[in-house]
Amino acid sequence: MMEAQKYVWEGAIPLQIHLHESEVTTLPPPLPALILAPRIGYLPLLIPHIKPHFNSTLPPGVDTVWFEYKGLPLKWYIPTGVLFDLLCVEPERPWNLTVHFRGYPGNILIPCEGEDSVKWSFINSLKEASYIINGNCKNVMNMSQPDQVELWHSVFNGNLEAYLKVSSKLKLGTAGHEYSANLNSGSFVSRQSTGDTDATGQVKTGRVPVRLYVWGVSEDFDDLEDAPQIDSWDKISYINRPVEIHGEEGKCFTLLDAVKSLLPEHFQYKSLTNEESSKEEGEDEQKVPSEEGGENLSEDVESCYPSDNAEVKLVRIQGIEPKLEIPFSWVVHNLMNPEHFLHICVCLKVSQVKIPSDG
Amino acid sequence: MDISSWDGTISLAEFHVAARALVEKWKRVSSASPPWSWVSCPKQPWVASHEVSVEGYLSLENIILVSIKEEHDELLSFPQKEETSCSDKEESIDIATLVQSQSDRDEICYYDLHIVYSASYRVPVLYFRVYYSDGEPLEFEDIKKHLPAHSAKTLLDSKWTFITQEEHPYLKRPWYKLHPCGTGEWMKLLFQGDVSLARNGAAIEVYLISWLSFVGQVVGLRIPYEMLNQL
Repeated sequence: MMEAQKYVWEGAIPLQIHLHESEVTTLPPPLPALILAPRIGYLPLLIPHIKPHFNSTLPPGVDTVWFEYKGLPLKWYIPTGVLFDLLCVEPERPWNLTVHFRGYPGNILIPCEGEDSVKWSFINSLKEASYIINGNCKNVMNMSQPDQVELWHSVFNGNLEAYLKVSSKLKLGTAGHEYSANLNSGSFVSRQSTGDTDATGQVKTGRVPVRLYVWGVSEDFDDLEDAPQIDSWDKISYINRPVEIHGEEGKCFTLLDAVKSLLPEHFQYKSLTNEESSKEEGEDEQKVPSEEGGENLSEDVESCYPSDNAEVKLVRIQGIEPKLEIPFSWVVHNLMNPEHFLHICVCLKVSQVKIPSDG
Repeated sequence: MDISSWDGTISLAEFHVAARALVEKWKRVSSASPPWSWVSCPKQPWVASHEVSVEGYLSLENIILVSIKEEHDELLSFPQKEETSCSDKEESIDIATLVQSQSDRDEICYYDLHIVYSASYRVPVLYFRVYYSDGEPLEFEDIKKHLPAHSAKTLLDSKWTFITQEEHPYLKRPWYKLHPCGTGEWMKLLFQGDVSLARNGAAIEVYLISWLSFVGQVVGLRIPYEMLNQL
C-alpha cells in the first residue's frame, strides 16, 4: 500500500513559466523558467526559485505574485497537481504558465503573503479534514509547535517518510482505512455514530474529506484534445462536501458511488441514512468502464434511472483515471493529499449546458 | 432532538428549517430594519436557477453596524425586560445608526453578511464583507478598527485562524469568514445551559437565532432582544 502513496508524493509537473510581457523591461526578454513542481505542493512555494530568474527584468515596485494559465488566474490554495488535472484536460508537458509580479487580481484571488499564507491554508484544511473524520479538530489544535513545524516542512520538502512519522500522531485514519487491505471486501457498515469515543479521543464519523471539481459538457468528445477549454472559474462547480461511506450487504462502495453521492442533482443515489433521501431505487448495477483507454467510458445504464440526467465522462485523481469500480476506501487511502483531502476532478456530460452569464 | 447526546451540529435540512425561522422572526420583530433573506443558488453553473436547488444561503446586505466600541457602557446595561415602543424603535434604528469611522476615509461603511451552511463542520458559518459607499472594499487593517474591541484582540492573538479570507462558496469571490471550528461545541453549551430550550421541541427553530446572537458580536451585529425570547 505504501507504493501508491510514494508515487503520489514523488509526482511532479514540469512547468515552463513565462513572465507576463507587460512586466518585461529588458531586451532581449528573459527565457522562461523551467521548474519541476510537486503535485502535492502549491504554486507560491515555487516563487523563491522563479524570482531570481526574472529579477533583473522586473519593473520597479512591490511584488504581488500570481500565476495564470491561458488568461485564467490560478487559485494558489489548490494543490498544483489538481490545477493541472483540472485545467489541462489534454496534459501539456511542460505546462506553460504565465507569472505576474504586479497587478494582483484581488477581486478574484484571495491575497497570498507567500509561504505563511500557504502553510495556514494547509493547516486549516487539515483541521477541516480532522473535523470531518473525528468530529473535532483537537488532534490538530493540540499539535506541539515542533510537530507542526515538522509536518509543514515534510510537505514543503515532499518528504513522505517525515510526513508519515508526524501525521500518524494525528490519528486521522479514515473510516475506510481498515478496509484498504481488502480490495474485495464485501459489506461496509454505515458509520453514523455520534457518541463513541475511544481512548485517543476520536470519534469515527464514517465521513471522508473530499473536494470535487466538476465541469460540464453538453456534447460528447472522444479525444481529450476536443474537450472544451476551461476559461473561467464560473464554469467549474467546486463541491467541498464529505462523502459518507454507506454499506450494503455484499456490495462495495466504489469510487463511482462516491462521486455520484456528491451530485444528487444529477444522480439518484440510494443511501441508508440520507435526510434528503431520494426515492427508493432498485439495485445499483453499474456497467464497468472498458479496459482500453480511460476516455471511452461505456454508457451509463440510464435506462434504469430515468432521473439520472448526467453521465460521468472523466474522473481524474493525482493525474490518473482510476477504474470507477475500485473501492472508494482504497482510493482515499492511497491518493489523498497531505491535508487528508481527496481531490477529484470530474467531467460530467449533461443534457443541457446553460451558458453562464458574465458577472 | 436529544440535547444530552447532541454535539451542537445540525444537518442541511435542519439548517433550512432554522433559516426559515430566522427570516420570519426577524421580519416580525424587527420590521424597521433590513430583512434577512434566503438566496437560492444552484451549485452547478450549468443548471438554470429555477431548476431544483435546495442550495443557498441567508443574506443581509448593505447594512451599517454600530461600532460597539462607542457603546461599551450601553452594552453593560443591555435591557433585560420589555421596553416601551419608543425603545423598540431605537433598537431597530440602532442598526441603521451611523458608524463613527476611524479609518482614513471618514465615511460610512457597509456590511454584507451571509450565513452559509458548512457540510464539513455541519454548522452555519458567517461570511462578511465591508465596503465604502462607492463599493470599494475596506483594507483588513481598517476593518479591524471597526470591529468590537474583543474581536480585534482575538484577531491579534490568532491572525490566521479566527477570521480568514476565503472564497465564498457560492459567489466565488474573496470574503471574510469566521472560523467555524469551535461552533459545534459552544452551541452545545449554549443549549445545555438553557433547560427550557432542551425540553422545547422547537430547539432547531432558535438554533440560528442563538448562533447569530453569539457570532454577530464579532462584527458588532446587535440582535434585537425580542428575537431571543421563546415566544
